[in-house]
Amino acid sequence: MVKQKKSDGLSVRSVVATGIGAAVFFVLMKFIAIPTGVPNTTINVAEGWLALIAGLFGPVVGLLVGLIGHTLNDAVTYGAPWWSWVLADGIFGLLLGLSKRSLALAYGELTTKKIVQFNLWQAVSNLVVWVIIAPIGDILIYKEAAQKVFLQGAVAAVVNTLSVAIIGTLLLVAYVKSRPKKSSLRRE
Amino acid sequence: MNNTLFGYKQRHTWLNQTTGTAKLVGFLALTSIGMLSYDTRFLLGLGVLAIALMRSAQIKYREYAFMLKLVLIFAVINLIMVAVLAPQYGVQLYGTRHVLIGRGYWALTQEQVFYECNLLLKYLFSLPLAIILLFTTNPSEFAAGLNKIGVSYKIAYAFAITLRYIPDVQRDYQTISLAQQARGYEISKQATLWARSKGAVQIILPLVFTSLNRIDTISQAMALRRFGREKQRSWYQEQAFKNRDVIVILGALVVVGVGIGLLFSNHGRLYNPFHTS
Repeated sequence: MVKQKKSDGLSVRSVVATGIGAAVFFVLMKFIAIPTGVPNTTINVAEGWLALIAGLFGPVVGLLVGLIGHTLNDAVTYGAPWWSWVLADGIFGLLLGLSKRSLALAYGELTTKKIVQFNLWQAVSNLVVWVIIAPIGDILIYKEAAQKVFLQGAVAAVVNTLSVAIIGTLLLVAYVKSRPKKSSLRRE
Repeated sequence: MNNTLFGYKQRHTWLNQTTGTAKLVGFLALTSIGMLSYDTRFLLGLGVLAIALMRSAQIKYREYAFMLKLVLIFAVINLIMVAVLAPQYGVQLYGTRHVLIGRGYWALTQEQVFYECNLLLKYLFSLPLAIILLFTTNPSEFAAGLNKIGVSYKIAYAFAITLRYIPDVQRDYQTISLAQQARGYEISKQATLWARSKGAVQIILPLVFTSLNRIDTISQAMALRRFGREKQRSWYQEQAFKNRDVIVILGALVVVGVGIGLLFSNHGRLYNPFHTS
């Protein structure tokens, strides 16, 4: 990339990554559903994509992709965004974006250790977001019954952790495989 | 653009001619106050207002029938979950207990029924508003509107890119899906679980890589055109405010004012009919 003049806020690449990231997130959320065998519970492919895009472009892009993608999906499907869950997805993107440096996907190698770290981090993030943030948002904003929202949150946390563990890890591995290694060029 | 996805169509009504910014402000204001308030009278009024507005926008039932069904299913599942998991939540909220039938933990109380009716209203009232916003606003106007209400133009532009590329990504998805099915990956309901999962993965991978390439191409094109150099930008779809827009925003503010007034007169977010009796 061309080095930019000290730009304020987001870089061009981040803006585009956010836009396309949210578009793909939306399409995946709406069209691809991998059944888990349990009725009405599907592996959420979109969360795996969110993990990859946040790992590649960092926390701000992760946050925005989660917010925009989820808002649009809710608006088109249910008529109105369910703000507490939109926020939860945004924060999930933000948290996963924090793993950008340690993953170093662009030119790094994906060791087993990194994969394990990534999965631990995503499981913790999922837990924080769906079992703490989303239900508390539901209770504060919508005055929902605690028993119900914590159950929903727990199910979401388990399903999303599994989704990211399967789809997210797969995407990370495939992505790194497609990139040249840092030491692949040698001076002759 | 992606008119079919959001149901946007050119109609000749006053709501169509209102600017996207005014409608966005109105939508956000009304849904926020509806989210906060648990006053049944207010929510009912808001719902009736929203339906009246939808009528005046000449939106036909069949255009939103599918959406309505989804929302109803979603609402019913949620109501049942509340009834099963927290049957005494209404009692806890309203502070009184008027049993209708049954007894003990599973007794059906007036408070619970009332609470669930409120919940249903809350799930439903915003649907007509969202339908108006989506069906009467050109998607390109959203970005200009977001920027106008104070969102940084870079974020607004990212949003515009999302709306612009959803149809493209969708087309990519369909093409890849057909190509992979031609190669023998079964993804329909007839296939086994494992086969379907494998099929889905075979679609996702190419989709992910085309999309990542797309990010590179577009950001290079935008960098060449010096995107992000200035502090502000103008919008192709931006429209000047007219009297109509001011009236829409003022109207929304009046409704919000009423809602806030009710918050005070009810001493909180709940309207409690059981208290006085």
